[in-house]
Amino acid sequence: MTLDLAPSKKTSSVWTRKHLLGLEELSREEILTILDTAEDFVEVSTRKRKKRSDLKGKVVVTLFFEPSTRTRASFGFAARRLGAETSDFAASSSSLNKGETFIDTAKNIEAMGIDAVIVRHNVPGAPHLLSQHLNCSVINAGDGAHEHPTQGLLDIFTIRQIKGRIEGLTVGLVGDIAHSRVARSNIHGLLKLGARVIVCGPPTLVPADIHRLGVEVAYHLDDILPHCDVLNVLRIQFERQRGGLFPSIQEYFRLFGMHAERIRRAKENILLLAPGPINRGVELTPEVADGPHSAILKQVTNGLAVRMAVLALLCGDPVAED
Amino acid sequence: MPFVRICGGRVIDPSQNFDQIADLWIKDDRVFYLGERPDLRAEQTIDATHKIVCPGLIDMHVHLREPGREEDETIATGTAAALAGGVTSVACMPNTEPPIDSQAAAEFVYLQAERAGNANVFPVGTITKDRAGKELAEIGGLVDGGAVAFTDDGSPVVNSEIMRRAMEYCRMFDKAVLSHSEDLELTRGAVMNEGFESMRLGLRGYPAVAEEIMIFREIALAELTKARLHILHVSTAGGVELIRRGKARGVQVTGEACPHHFTLTDECLRTFDSNYKMSPPLRTKDDVQAILAALRDGTLDCITTDHAPHAPEKKMRELDQAPNGIIGLETLLPICVRALIEPGVLTWPQLIEKLTINPARVLGIDRGTLKPNAIADVTILDPDVCWTIDPNQFRSKSRNCPYGGWEVRGRAEVVLVAGQIRYQRNGK
Repeated sequence: MTLDLAPSKKTSSVWTRKHLLGLEELSREEILTILDTAEDFVEVSTRKRKKRSDLKGKVVVTLFFEPSTRTRASFGFAARRLGAETSDFAASSSSLNKGETFIDTAKNIEAMGIDAVIVRHNVPGAPHLLSQHLNCSVINAGDGAHEHPTQGLLDIFTIRQIKGRIEGLTVGLVGDIAHSRVARSNIHGLLKLGARVIVCGPPTLVPADIHRLGVEVAYHLDDILPHCDVLNVLRIQFERQRGGLFPSIQEYFRLFGMHAERIRRAKENILLLAPGPINRGVELTPEVADGPHSAILKQVTNGLAVRMAVLALLCGDPVAED
Repeated sequence: MPFVRICGGRVIDPSQNFDQIADLWIKDDRVFYLGERPDLRAEQTIDATHKIVCPGLIDMHVHLREPGREEDETIATGTAAALAGGVTSVACMPNTEPPIDSQAAAEFVYLQAERAGNANVFPVGTITKDRAGKELAEIGGLVDGGAVAFTDDGSPVVNSEIMRRAMEYCRMFDKAVLSHSEDLELTRGAVMNEGFESMRLGLRGYPAVAEEIMIFREIALAELTKARLHILHVSTAGGVELIRRGKARGVQVTGEACPHHFTLTDECLRTFDSNYKMSPPLRTKDDVQAILAALRDGTLDCITTDHAPHAPEKKMRELDQAPNGIIGLETLLPICVRALIEPGVLTWPQLIEKLTINPARVLGIDRGTLKPNAIADVTILDPDVCWTIDPNQFRSKSRNCPYGGWEVRGRAEVVLVAGQIRYQRNGK
C-alpha cells in the first residue's frame, strides 16, 4: 500500500476549469493552485514507488501535430504515475495523411472513450478549436507561437523553488520572443505573480506591441544582465521563422548568446533557465548550460510534477485513494 | 396597359436627389413615373406604406464561385442570396476556376445568371491572363463578353509595369481598374491584422502598411495614366487618407468599404473563429473610425460585401488553414443600419447612394436610378423590422458569417428586377 498525499485542499477548491489552454486566461489564484499542487508531486518522483491513483481508470491521449520528445514523454509519465492509461497519436502516423481533418481525427480518438487529450499543434488556437468540439479535457501542449502553458508553469515553478518567491524578481526573457509560445506563457504567468519582466532580443524578433502586455523591452542583453535575477534563454526556432530576421548565427551569438564571459556581468546568483531543446553554441555555450547557474535539468524534473498537477486538477477524482 | 404602382412608400433615389413619400409607376421593365398619376390605372399595386422604396441595391464586390467552386456557391444560389438581401445587381469577381479571363468566360456568367433568373450579374474580368499577373488578359474580348471592370482580386497585380499598362489599356474602353491592394511580401503567411492582438495570439499579421503601400502605388499609377481606379475593400486609416489626398489632387480614384471592416475589429480573433478571417483582415478600432469618417465625408464612395462563401468543411479548420472570407449579401442591409444609420453616421439617402448610383457609376452600368425609362430594378425595404440573424436560414450555400445571433433592424421586403417581383420576404 502506498500513502498518497491528496492535492493541497486549501487551494484546490478554486479549481473549476475543464481545459488548460493558456496562462493568459488563468487568474493568479489558479496559477498558484497549480504550483502548490505540483509541490506535492515533486516528492512522488523521488519515491521508490512512483505511482499514485488520482487518474486510475482514466485514459489520457497525446495528440501531437509537431515533433516533440520531452513534452510528450513528460505528459505520458505524468499521466501514468497518476494511474492513467495513455496512448500517443502522432500526425505522421494518423489519418491526417489520408485527408481527415484535425477535428475529425480528434473526435474519432475521443469516441474511444478518453478523458483528456493533450494537443500540440503548429497553429495558434488549435487546442481552443478542439475544446469546442470535444467533451473531454483539452490540455494545450503548445499551439504555434501562442502559448505553452505547462512550460510556462514549470519555468515559474522552478524559479519559485530556487528563489523562494516570484514577486519582486526581475526576469529576463532573451531571444526569439516573436515566435515563442514559451515567452507568451511566461509573460502572462510571471506578471500575474508580480515579477518584473524584461524581454530582450533584436527588434526583428521582439514584436512592436509587446510592451502593452506590461513587460519592458530591451535590445542589448549586456544592459539588462546586471539587473536580472533570472534569465530565461529562449531557443532560436529556425523551423518557424522567415528568413532575414538576423544576419547570422555568429552575430546572434555575439549579441544575445550566453557565454562564460557574459555571465560574469550578471548577478552572482543569477538563475538560468532554457526551455529546450537548446542549441549549444547558439543560445548558450556548454559551460554555461551545464554550469552552476543553470537549472535546465531541474526544469525537466519539475515539468513532470507540474504536468501531474495539471492532470490531477483537470480530470483527477476529488479524493485519491488506493 | 400593364402598370405596376408602388404606393405610399418613402422613395429615396439619390441619383436625382429625391426623398419623399411618392408613388412609383413601372411599365413593363422600365420606370414610368415618380409621383401622382390619377389618370393611370395600375394592374398591380404594392403597398409600401412605412417602407423605403429605392433603386435596386448594387453590390459591386461579390464572389459567386462559379465556375469551379460550386460547393461554396453557385451563380443561382449567390443571386438568390442577393435578392434576399435586397440586392438586384452584383458584380462578380473573376477569381473563379478557371478565372473570368476571356470573352467566353464572361458570357458563361451571363448565361448562368439568366438561367437562374434572380439578380443581375455583371462579370468583372481579370486584368491578366489566368490571373497570373504576367500578361494582360484580352480586355477587349472581355468587354465584348460584357465585363464591366477589371481586377485580379484575391491577389494584387504585383508587377507595377503590368498594372500601369492595364490602366492605360482600360482607358480605351472607359472601364475602371479595381485594385486588391496588398504587398504580398509583407503578408506572407498572415492570418489577421498585425498588431497587439496578433502578437498576443501568436498569429502572423498583415501590417496595415502592406495595404497602404499598394494603394499609394495604384493612385500614383492612376495619376500617371489618367485611368479610373477603384480601391477594393479599404480597411486601414492610412489607406483612407491616401484616397482622400488622391481625390483632392483630382485623381480619378474611388473606394469601397465592407460592413465587416466598419463593424468588427481584430479583437474578434481572440475566439480563434475562422469566420473572422478574411483579406484584408479585421483591423483596429482606429481603422473602423477612419472608415466611418470616410464613408461620411465621401472619401469612400461605395459599400460592398466582398461576399466570399466557403463551404463549412473548409472553414472548420485550424485558423492558418481556413480560407479567407466572409459572406455578406444577406446581412448587408441590417449591418449598415446598425453601424451607419442608427448612430447617425449616414442618412438613408447617403447610405442608399453608396449602394446604388455610386457603384453604378464606377462600373458604368445603367442601373442604380429610378429616373424615367430606367430599368425598373427596385428594392422595397422595411427600415424598422427587427429580426435575429440566423445563417442557417440563408439562401447562400455557405454559412461563414460571424453575425449569427445579432439582433438587427432593417430588411428587404419586396425586390423587383426589370419590373418583375423576384423576391418577397414572406414566401411567395
